[in-house]
Amino acid sequence: MMPFAYSKPDSIEQAVQQAGPDARFIAGGTNLLDLMKENVERPARVIDITGLPLREVRTTANGGLQIGALVSNAELAWHLDVEARYPLLSQAILAGASPQLRNMASTGGNLLQRTRCHYFYDAAVPCNKRAPGSGCPARDGLNRQHAILGASEHCVAVHPSDMCVALAALEARVLVHGRQGEREIPFADFHRLPGATPERDNCLAEDELIVAIALPPPPFVACSHYLKLRDRASYAFALVSVAAGLVVADDNSIAGLRVALGGVAHKPWRDVGLERSMLGRPATRESYAAFADALLRDARPLAHNAFKITLAKNAIIRALTQAQAAEEHP
Amino acid sequence: MNSPLSGQPLDRVDGPAKVTGRARYAGEYPEPGLLYGSVVSGNVARGRIRRIDCDAALAVPGVVEVLHHLNRPKMAGDDESYEDADAAEGKPFRPLFNDRVLYSGQPLALVVAESLEVARYAGSLVRIEIDAEAHRTDLFAELDNAHDAPAELPGPRGDFAGAFEAAPFKVDATYSTPVEHHNPMEPHASTVIYNADGSLQVHDKTQGTQNSQDYLVKVFDLPKERVRVCAAYVGGAFGSGLRPQYQLTLAAMAALRLQRSVRVTLTRQQMFTFGYRPRTVQRLRLGADAQGRLLAISHEATGQTSRFEDFTEHLVEWSGMLYRCDNVALGYRLVPLDVYTPLDMRAPGAASGVIALECAMDELAQALSLDPLELRRVNFADSNGNEGKPYSSKALLDCYARGALRFGWHSRDPRPRSMQDQGELVGWGMAGGVWEAMQMKASARARLDADGHLWVSSATTDIGTGTYTVMTQIAADAFGMALADVTFQLGDSSLPTAPLQGGSFTVSSVGPAVRQACQALRGKLVAWAKGRYPELAGIDAGAFVVRDGQLQVAGKAYALEAMDVRVDAEPSARRQGFASATHSAVFVEVRIDEALGTLRVSRVVSAVAAGRVINPKTARSQILGGVVWGLGMALQEETQIDHGLGRYMNHNLAEYHIPVNADIGEIEVIFVDEPDDIVNELGSKGVGEIGVVGVAAAVANAVCHATGRRVRDFPLTVEKLLG
Repeated sequence: MMPFAYSKPDSIEQAVQQAGPDARFIAGGTNLLDLMKENVERPARVIDITGLPLREVRTTANGGLQIGALVSNAELAWHLDVEARYPLLSQAILAGASPQLRNMASTGGNLLQRTRCHYFYDAAVPCNKRAPGSGCPARDGLNRQHAILGASEHCVAVHPSDMCVALAALEARVLVHGRQGEREIPFADFHRLPGATPERDNCLAEDELIVAIALPPPPFVACSHYLKLRDRASYAFALVSVAAGLVVADDNSIAGLRVALGGVAHKPWRDVGLERSMLGRPATRESYAAFADALLRDARPLAHNAFKITLAKNAIIRALTQAQAAEEHP
Repeated sequence: MNSPLSGQPLDRVDGPAKVTGRARYAGEYPEPGLLYGSVVSGNVARGRIRRIDCDAALAVPGVVEVLHHLNRPKMAGDDESYEDADAAEGKPFRPLFNDRVLYSGQPLALVVAESLEVARYAGSLVRIEIDAEAHRTDLFAELDNAHDAPAELPGPRGDFAGAFEAAPFKVDATYSTPVEHHNPMEPHASTVIYNADGSLQVHDKTQGTQNSQDYLVKVFDLPKERVRVCAAYVGGAFGSGLRPQYQLTLAAMAALRLQRSVRVTLTRQQMFTFGYRPRTVQRLRLGADAQGRLLAISHEATGQTSRFEDFTEHLVEWSGMLYRCDNVALGYRLVPLDVYTPLDMRAPGAASGVIALECAMDELAQALSLDPLELRRVNFADSNGNEGKPYSSKALLDCYARGALRFGWHSRDPRPRSMQDQGELVGWGMAGGVWEAMQMKASARARLDADGHLWVSSATTDIGTGTYTVMTQIAADAFGMALADVTFQLGDSSLPTAPLQGGSFTVSSVGPAVRQACQALRGKLVAWAKGRYPELAGIDAGAFVVRDGQLQVAGKAYALEAMDVRVDAEPSARRQGFASATHSAVFVEVRIDEALGTLRVSRVVSAVAAGRVINPKTARSQILGGVVWGLGMALQEETQIDHGLGRYMNHNLAEYHIPVNADIGEIEVIFVDEPDDIVNELGSKGVGEIGVVGVAAAVANAVCHATGRRVRDFPLTVEKLLG
């Protein structure tokens, strides 16, 4: 770990004033500290934001929920409003990490987790995300966990968060504060695909701090399901995960459909246009299979992850079937 | 006389010290002025160091020295000095010896500083330029470069080729197992305390304090009496502490150079830079008659090794001894690669070799339409065909019977995919397990204080297995004392000689030495007391009891005097002419969601025949741990190497998967009765390895029963199960 300067600002304004290219905000530190120990992150300055007033979960005027960036993952998952109205989010959070990590990890920090690509994590080998221009050994190396959608020749890493997959399905908005003031970023635009600049995971500017996540009123409640598939029953990142939400009309046709995939791309993967095209179709396994095929149509496997295409398809069908069953048998 | 303590499920005598933090491990000993070493590891699999630039590291305040091959203190130049008690054949790795880079992750420099944080940071500033050379790390790509392993394999018996050719039922299948790393919870560490007189006291993570002592004596040319190595507590080792590891060499090197106390602790990532269970590819051929009797067995295995040592393990021998068969051919080859030398890892050889044998037996049962358990019963062997000797005991048929009964095996529908429950495919599989029951020379000392406390000692270790507890039980029984009046000391090279703690032979080797020492001391006490107190002269020795700090005989108390005895125990002479082994039968239930490739092991029953069990509680824990380990081997464990870089890449416990609690269902352990007065005077065979053997095969067999799919490439990850 490199020596670094430490500050603990009292206000959001102070925090963003102190931000800069050589600085990192720290909250729970569950990812940043690991990366610093491995010399993957080498900030000269660490800005501790845990003194900021960002710990509130409150209902908004439109019936949604606003979640402060410092609310811990555990608090959020067990929050009564979240459990009752956004069970998808609760399930997704509890599918990730371990109780100890969830106690420390913050809502804002969860969005900023770095990939678990082996090569990114080992500072002794090339990686375009960690050292731009050094190369991507994963493309022809150990890529079983890597992307099947939206990858580039420069990077095939996937985003590791479970919570973000649910937030994508819930169409959350990310509230950020910078020196120019506040702005809201639709969740779909927050994370980015790697393209030629895989070192950038998201669209935050250097001076911007996540202050809250805003959830619109729940589009579905019981009729949702988070399904995570991984190499062991707990404490493993997703090979594929699915956040599925469904609204079924009285005639058993699809009146609403949202599906976000985790573990398959550099960001939670959704296709809103495709979801819309499913409206009015019968809420059946056949429809879900057709949807899955279409969503995965552009999947491009690497040498060791072709299984993810089959797995994702089956997982989508299963998650939607479970979501539907959850409505019928709440 | 009270009922013996041996055989009782006593709590660990070291439990309170461990759970309250009083037990100190190698990297936890405080010492004024202690320096901290941080290892700088290489990232090239093969090459030569061109230049090492330490200027930036040395400029960091608090850095004392950076050691590397150009400035290290003098160390032995010959290979023999580096050969330890568990060395493989060849030229042992010599840390910081010269400019050769032999594998990725090799220690190339040691930064020594006033704090761990400074040492680690400065380590990141050391610039090492390496002229890389082409490397090869892929066993499968290098099979043509295999040579015969320098192992003493049993010669061929009978005519395998002819018998296999003529056999009406055959299996010919090839299995592969991956590289696995031990990853004990406690990382390797050595604290070298530099005494004022220049002698060294070392707290080392090791399974053999005297092995580490001998190594330091030879490598640094030190007088033996000036090096003492201790290992009071060891946080798991599983074989990783059988050889002195490089943190010991580096810590001692720095202490000798700087004449200061130095500690070196490896990072979790560095725990992937020395020994491991080697990757193997194994071809099994079995031939049988219509009744299932084995007519021919061939087991040919190839394992990986380093370019500098030929590591061998008992990989194929099991196929010549577990079942009765007259025509057997065993083969074992090695492929040298640009990697570190493999190292014994829990049930070395058996854990991977029995996978192939027991999966092939399952395939044979399918070919014969015979129950897999019945196939094994039909081929039961009461003698070891490799040695031509009868087993001293072999209650394997009882393991089959009791395990099957407990599991409910009789209600198994043999047809693949026939058992389903709530949308999941259910599979039942079983396998047998075997491990040698060895006995080594060992010594022990027993000393009685004048205040009536019994101190018993031997240089063995307790790597978490329960040695402190079991030896205390044996000593208390042999002397006839209460457990609370006995203390067993271990983990110190200055104590009476003990073998490495490995191979499941600690109880069977050190136990008899402890017992003999305590019996001899008791004899000495009785003789002394009869001389000192004439009125005791005619009283039977059995009436002499040490209690409440006094000698008590026939209702009267007598003052004690301190006395001691040392015993050097030899392996039991009665073992000549017999083979001895532990056995097991393991039954597994898996539940598979084929659409999602998920597998859950819902039930395991492991029935073990290991002679007499001294402590059923610690023994059960050994089997439970072994079963969990076996489930990890079956489903998760694999150190993944990038052959382009020649480097292990999942070198942390987030990405190197072992089971978590949520993966584990019911596990039931059964110890069957197995009287054995031949194997050693305790009749006990040891249980450290047997729990893991056979488990992975049983899982794969259960998967085949559940899905109809035979997976021969371990571990059985999602993509291999996806329907």
